[in-house]
Amino acid sequence: MRIAVIGAGVVGSLIARELCRYDVEVLLIEKNLDVGWGVTKANSAILHAGYDDPVGSVRARFCSTGNEMYTELSRELDFEIKRTGSYVLAFDDREVPVLHRLLIQGEKNGVPDLSIHDRETILSREPRINPEVKMGLWAPTAGITEPWMVAIAAVENALENGLKLFLNEEVIDFEKQGNRIVGIVTKRRVHRVDVVINAAGLFADEIARLAGAEYVPLHPRKGQYILLDKKLGNVVKSVVFPTPTEKSKGILVLPTIDGGLLLGPTAEDLPADRKNDLTTTSEGVQAVKNSVLKLVPEIDFSLVVKTFAGLRPESPQKDFFIGKSEIVPNFVNAMAMRSPGLTAAPAIAKYIAEEVLQQQMGLSLTTKKGFKPTRKGIRRYAELSLEEWQRAVNENPSAGRMVCFCNEVTEAEIVEAIRRGARTLDGVKFRTRAMFGRCQGGFCMSKILKILERELKTDASQIVLKSPNSWIVDGKVRE
Amino acid sequence: MEKIVCVLCPMGCKIKYRVEDGKIVSVQGNRCPRGLSYLEDELKEPKRIVPTSVKVVNGELPLVSVKTNRPIPKRLIPKFMQLIKQVQAEAPVKVGDVILKNVLDTGVDVIATRTVKRVNSA
Amino acid sequence: MKTDVLVIGAGAAGMAAAIAAAKKNLKVVIAERDEITGGILNQCIHNGFGLHYFREELTGPEYAERFREQLNRYADAIEVLTDCHVLRLNRDKTALLVSLKGVFELETKAVIYAAGARERPFGSLMIPGDRPSGIFTAGVAQRLMNIDNRKVGRRALIVGSGDIGMIMARRLTLEGIEVVGVVERLPYPGGLLRNVIQCLRDFNIPLYLSSTVVEVKGSERLEEVIVASVDEQFRPIPGTEKSFKVDTLVLSVGLIPQVEMLNSLVALDKRTRGIACSNTGQSSNEWIFAAGNCTAIFDLVDYVTREGERAGEYASRYVNGDRFSLGIPIVPGENVMLTFPNFYSGVDDLTLYLRCRKPMERALLKVGGFEKSFEDLTPSEMIVVKIPERKLANLDMVEVRLEEV
Repeated sequence: MRIAVIGAGVVGSLIARELCRYDVEVLLIEKNLDVGWGVTKANSAILHAGYDDPVGSVRARFCSTGNEMYTELSRELDFEIKRTGSYVLAFDDREVPVLHRLLIQGEKNGVPDLSIHDRETILSREPRINPEVKMGLWAPTAGITEPWMVAIAAVENALENGLKLFLNEEVIDFEKQGNRIVGIVTKRRVHRVDVVINAAGLFADEIARLAGAEYVPLHPRKGQYILLDKKLGNVVKSVVFPTPTEKSKGILVLPTIDGGLLLGPTAEDLPADRKNDLTTTSEGVQAVKNSVLKLVPEIDFSLVVKTFAGLRPESPQKDFFIGKSEIVPNFVNAMAMRSPGLTAAPAIAKYIAEEVLQQQMGLSLTTKKGFKPTRKGIRRYAELSLEEWQRAVNENPSAGRMVCFCNEVTEAEIVEAIRRGARTLDGVKFRTRAMFGRCQGGFCMSKILKILERELKTDASQIVLKSPNSWIVDGKVRE
Repeated sequence: MEKIVCVLCPMGCKIKYRVEDGKIVSVQGNRCPRGLSYLEDELKEPKRIVPTSVKVVNGELPLVSVKTNRPIPKRLIPKFMQLIKQVQAEAPVKVGDVILKNVLDTGVDVIATRTVKRVNSA
Repeated sequence: MKTDVLVIGAGAAGMAAAIAAAKKNLKVVIAERDEITGGILNQCIHNGFGLHYFREELTGPEYAERFREQLNRYADAIEVLTDCHVLRLNRDKTALLVSLKGVFELETKAVIYAAGARERPFGSLMIPGDRPSGIFTAGVAQRLMNIDNRKVGRRALIVGSGDIGMIMARRLTLEGIEVVGVVERLPYPGGLLRNVIQCLRDFNIPLYLSSTVVEVKGSERLEEVIVASVDEQFRPIPGTEKSFKVDTLVLSVGLIPQVEMLNSLVALDKRTRGIACSNTGQSSNEWIFAAGNCTAIFDLVDYVTREGERAGEYASRYVNGDRFSLGIPIVPGENVMLTFPNFYSGVDDLTLYLRCRKPMERALLKVGGFEKSFEDLTPSEMIVVKIPERKLANLDMVEVRLEEV
């Protein structure tokens, strides 16, 4: 049996990896040049505790379970998570009841250890918070991760367990016999398939429509962010939210896994035809600045590293749309994965493999012998003990050549990232953190270009930043 | 008085001068005699030093940086660049090596401004 | 491993410092993270270097090569470690380094920190729009073009009229990349007038003053850049937008002293954002000296070399038992934007570097009992004066003022 997953974001990647536990052929089809480059690439990177989601919603069903699964998953797949905890802060008396409502909602959703903290407790834990704070909802299970690393790690592990990965293949049509899909038509080929799982992120509604299956209409909700230097990494220790509004969880302040500080996002609803609009605006960036100053009054904006925007898929129902199609019997949706999609993803992957495919669709999946659940990440030499690092350099001197000085990434790590599938500058960046630091590649980009050129046995003019036409250099100065 | 900025060095002297009947009759502001010759050139035939690079064969680097050892007429720069694109140097190249003699009959040489070792040379 | 002096960085400042210390008969280790010594000079293939120091005009690589020869001459005293990155500097005067040979500790008596500066990256400018390829800092473009033999694009706009920005405008033009203009936020050019003439005017490249980039467009490679005029507070003026269809944007929008490794060990100066130093090159931590662009951004490499030598000399005296106080603070006063050094120790005359706050036709510089008049000052050109020790006697602080005449 061949099961194809469309979309290699966090959701698709984890589903594909989950399916690799069984004796089936698993295909993962992605239109971008790498995994985790859609919605997954630019969001708040939070593992939500699960108190935000209305009781009885699909979100509530999967969020706190997914949150809990990340502990084991991050160990198996060797990616970083930090259980920083999160605060929702109330700054005036009218906001305080909202915290209590969230507490009750969270408890009903099965979120553990929620509590309301008073001003003194909050300021003792987070001294940089605006002292006008009144109360805060504390959720110790909330945390942060690197969403793209979750996708990369899941796919690397799945590849070791037999996954077939097809990058740079946009799905343009389906071949059907009656109501059943028999082929997925991409720009490059036709994949014969028995089951299709739609995890196409922002474009999942279009994929479902193409397949003739049910869908909810998706529109992009833009979130603009400001990333600040590691020097500000200690401004907050936990994820800090304002009191939420009807529309969103608000603009927040949080640490990043690699020690920086992230501010954002805005919540701007765009029409459905702007699913590729990743532009930042001065209004958006200004809105982020203004809002976060209410939470943390002093932020040195001269230490901005970059501003960027991400898009999250929003539907009128404001809820995930997951399950088998009633019209197309071999088609499964995992769409409208708005927040907390990242958090819920592991639970959804398990649900689709076990309940949807096996129980609801009656597929008999037998577990594969020899499934290897673990994957090792790329070794960060600068984080090893000195003895271990020395041994590594003895074996491979390039483990002693520092390429990215800001984040201390060696040539050996970059070569390893390429060996594992990085083909672009962003591919290296998101796997190794090289070029992610304060100089933004000022010192290392040209070196990394040369390493890519050497390892891929190609010419630098063939190497791109992130997409087929995002070329970096245009031939030689002297031929 | 007319004004001109000498570009021969980063001092950038602001030279004030007067021309009568095609002759410079008064000059002030130049901190060295080169300022005067710059002014004369600038009025007659502006000249510039051109720094660029030349392809290296068998070198540790693909390029060797070069410059004209004296200024060449500005109007010749496009022609000069066309020519320099055709030139190749064989490694090893040492700083000061003449890469091209009497370029475009100006009497000016193109010289290497860095050392490029031969690849794998002991 | 043990040494008398550890020099971090083998650019212009570090090479000069190492040689100066070696001349005092000390044992020196110089750690350079690049493959070769010379730092950024290697990629600055244009001329304009060395006029003060060598009394002749050199290109960057030639300038570097002269110091490389000196390093070789003192090979008995100076150990040059290339491809060598300093991971940490510790309070107990040890450093942790990594190179192709591995991770090792070095014990030293003094450190001369000469790590230079980094370029202000595109991301920090918070420019609205897309995030396409084709946006380079000037230094990256320079390295790609001049060392790696790579053309950075076909049609380019330059942001920032500092010297590097203008020099890159000429460099790209000479190599057949069409440069459609140079955009400058200030109402006057950021670099030397000489470069306005020989880099821009010679090639008819327009200079757009009081202008800024308000948007970049291009979902993959850069396609378009929108530029607008700015008011006196540098805010874009609506309705003044101009569109440039370019595939390349080269940014020359400032250098930032690299101080991160020393953050917890020494005091920084608020204005320069570099390591706060005395005129001896000594930092607030007596065994750490600093020189070059990691202290303040200098106009000319010749100045950086001099400061490197000075730090080398005083660090050597420190190793040999001399002790200096940091001294009295030097502060910018009327019409002065920036001064360096940050303290005057009272030993030796003071070589003072300063920048005026605004263009001035005539001004009188007043420092303690010292006065000197200047003409045609602009913030883009650093003023350097040597002030005799006796003119600075009995002061609690040195205020540097420029009185408009």
